[in-house]
Amino acid sequence: MAYNEQDHLLVIFPHPDDEAFSSAGTIIEHAENRGPVTYACLTLGEMGRNMGRPVFTNREQLATIRKRELIAASEKMKISDLQMWGLRDKTVEFEDEAMLAERIGQLITKTQPTRVISFYPGYAVHPDHEATARAVVRALRAIDESQRPEFLAVAFANNTRDELGEGTFIHDVSAYTDQKIEALQAHASQTGGLMKVISEDSNIRDLLVKERYYHYPL
Amino acid sequence: MQALDLTAVQDYIDKHANTPLYVHVETTNGAYATHQDPTFHSAGMFFRNAEITYERGLITGNGPYRIGLKLAHGWLYGEGLTDYEFAGDQLLIAGHDIEGRLAIAFELSPTPFAQGAEEVE
Repeated sequence: MAYNEQDHLLVIFPHPDDEAFSSAGTIIEHAENRGPVTYACLTLGEMGRNMGRPVFTNREQLATIRKRELIAASEKMKISDLQMWGLRDKTVEFEDEAMLAERIGQLITKTQPTRVISFYPGYAVHPDHEATARAVVRALRAIDESQRPEFLAVAFANNTRDELGEGTFIHDVSAYTDQKIEALQAHASQTGGLMKVISEDSNIRDLLVKERYYHYPL
Repeated sequence: MQALDLTAVQDYIDKHANTPLYVHVETTNGAYATHQDPTFHSAGMFFRNAEITYERGLITGNGPYRIGLKLAHGWLYGEGLTDYEFAGDQLLIAGHDIEGRLAIAFELSPTPFAQGAEEVE
């Protein structure tokens, strides 16, 4: 597939590292071979519990640390347009969903993406993920079907495989595993001890070679 | 941060008695506690940039430590505190579990704590 400025990937997640865990391979593949990538990251993940291993930051510095990590990880993933919306971590579900959906709709209008990646409502685990997913779905539904970008939905609740299956679109990202690990490691405050986790957690090992997206009915 | 020093923290508490301060207080089990263990009941809260004035306060215990600030109409209390740091004129206290993850934050500042991506360096 040839690089085309019009083939735009729009990624929308609430926390720095959501994009790397779920989609680094797909993002890099797109950025290298298909077209530009915009990432709207709604919070700075500043309410995270991990302060590095060993601890190297604190609640107040974490925002700065994660912002820098997000910028570094985005460079690793060749994201051309990184937007930090500055909502507070943990509070996305308490914002006005209609306004959030409208803002997402404006971003879609501006970037004209061919594909949108975000979470799958009901299977996204964290309340911020669910709220983001609902707002993305609401924004996409407001677009005429003929104009609507493809939606790749990330699901990782414990009941995902049982209820939704293995994935509608399973991207083989084994060619990008090393780059994905580099992107994850850029989120250092959250991924300390990553190599140990990879050795112990088969779900993470799977994520390094396969990125699974589900079709969500719009 | 460094291991909590009772004298240094008490000194800050005493110096700031009877003056308006902003607080950030928080407890957390982490956002994925129940995802990782469905039997775990995750509970937590945070309160950012509440304004308080206390008439007296004490940090105490043998570690992990407890803090109590006596307000005009009540108390602000925290436990499980292990580490502290001064950041300019802010006092940042935290409690970390054995793996270094934040369990509680208890922070005082004469000016509001930062909010939003623009205020973050």
